[in-house]
Amino acid sequence: MTSPQQPRLRDDEPTVKALMMNLISLKTAVAMLLALAMGSHAARVKASGIDNCTSFCHGAAAQGFAQAPRLAGQKPHYIARQLKAFHDHSRDNPLSRQYMWYATENLRDETIWTLALQLAALPATPARDGRPELVTAGRLLFENGSPKNEIVICAVCHGPQGQGVRDIPRLGGLSYAYLKRRLLEWAEGYHASAAHPMPRAAKRLSADDIEALASYLSFVE
Amino acid sequence: MMAFGKRLALVGAALAIAWSGAAAADDSGVLKVSDGALRSKIEYCTMCHGENGRGFRGFIPIPRLAGQQPQYLEKQIRSVVTGHRISKVMFSVLTTVEPSMWRPLAVHFSQLAAKPLGGAQPDLVATGRQIFEDGVAEANVPACMACHGQGAKGHDPVPRLAGQLDDYVVNKLSNWSSERSQPSPENDPARIMAVVARNLTRSQISAVAAYLSYLP
Repeated sequence: MTSPQQPRLRDDEPTVKALMMNLISLKTAVAMLLALAMGSHAARVKASGIDNCTSFCHGAAAQGFAQAPRLAGQKPHYIARQLKAFHDHSRDNPLSRQYMWYATENLRDETIWTLALQLAALPATPARDGRPELVTAGRLLFENGSPKNEIVICAVCHGPQGQGVRDIPRLGGLSYAYLKRRLLEWAEGYHASAAHPMPRAAKRLSADDIEALASYLSFVE
Repeated sequence: MMAFGKRLALVGAALAIAWSGAAAADDSGVLKVSDGALRSKIEYCTMCHGENGRGFRGFIPIPRLAGQQPQYLEKQIRSVVTGHRISKVMFSVLTTVEPSMWRPLAVHFSQLAAKPLGGAQPDLVATGRQIFEDGVAEANVPACMACHGQGAKGHDPVPRLAGQLDDYVVNKLSNWSSERSQPSPENDPARIMAVVARNLTRSQISAVAAYLSYLP
């Protein structure tokens, strides 16, 4: 599943510096430099582990940062499955290719589990970055689906509060920006090998449906 | 009051169409449902009920439909629509499924063969098998096999249980009276299940569900 367009680092190449340049966007780099300047622990670079996720991209408390989703409080089985999907390149949306394929290149199974359990145990706060006026519409769609448009009920799989279960992800409180992009990408055909039924379920959502769902979920505790 | 009246009217209309549809089907053997509409509805069903209708574990277990008896499936659809079987989710979903679609959908899923999803505790299987084959004498529970058949494939209105998700079977047997024992005709054979469900203990239910979930 290795894509020819994606340059891969050879074994003799990956210095910490090279890895960092590949891993981080300009925005995150600025945040990191600021943190470094203040002597923050959050920006310290380690070979692997939770600090990598939090100091580079996902926010110092793993609450999500810019485009990177919140990992705190996520279902451990889901985190593990996604890490494996980045590692084997089956999760192939643009940002995953750009960041997560490298980040998970050297991950071993036991590291995956340690990471997943540590992240899952962190307390999570909702992003609250959606449009408040769409919360009611989003909640109705999440809880009832839309039989008229053959849109299934999100809560049946993700739980009444979007809390997730096993390897079905927690959605409540993730950022509007992340949820919206993810829902759009499903319908665009990315990550088509993902667990049934998301690629097909998302295809039936209109742009307004996605706005409403992402807005609602971003406020869920 | 308005809403209730509206719902009754809907149910009445649905039933009228259903009966006329069924009669038409009996005469000609062909139902007038477009292929495209049926395919779209099947995809809608399988988004929750799993690929090939093999069932799916979401936040709640969603039952396997593959290989189910068509007469049983159609009866369940009708029961949900008329309120004899309580399911908020299926009631809402079925408001947009034309009654003329009920039988073609039931027939479609009855013809699917899918591997059981599995996942039940394997160490419960032996006990479950014994309950299925012999019943539980001290609790006056008859052998499940007597009605559901040796391989639990069911027949006519008696459902197939083979390969059903164990957590789904546990849920059904644990909540039988609140979900299924709504006013139903005196001669409804499903009424005996209310007694069976009441007389089985929690661990007996788990065991028989585990056994059934692995049956091909």
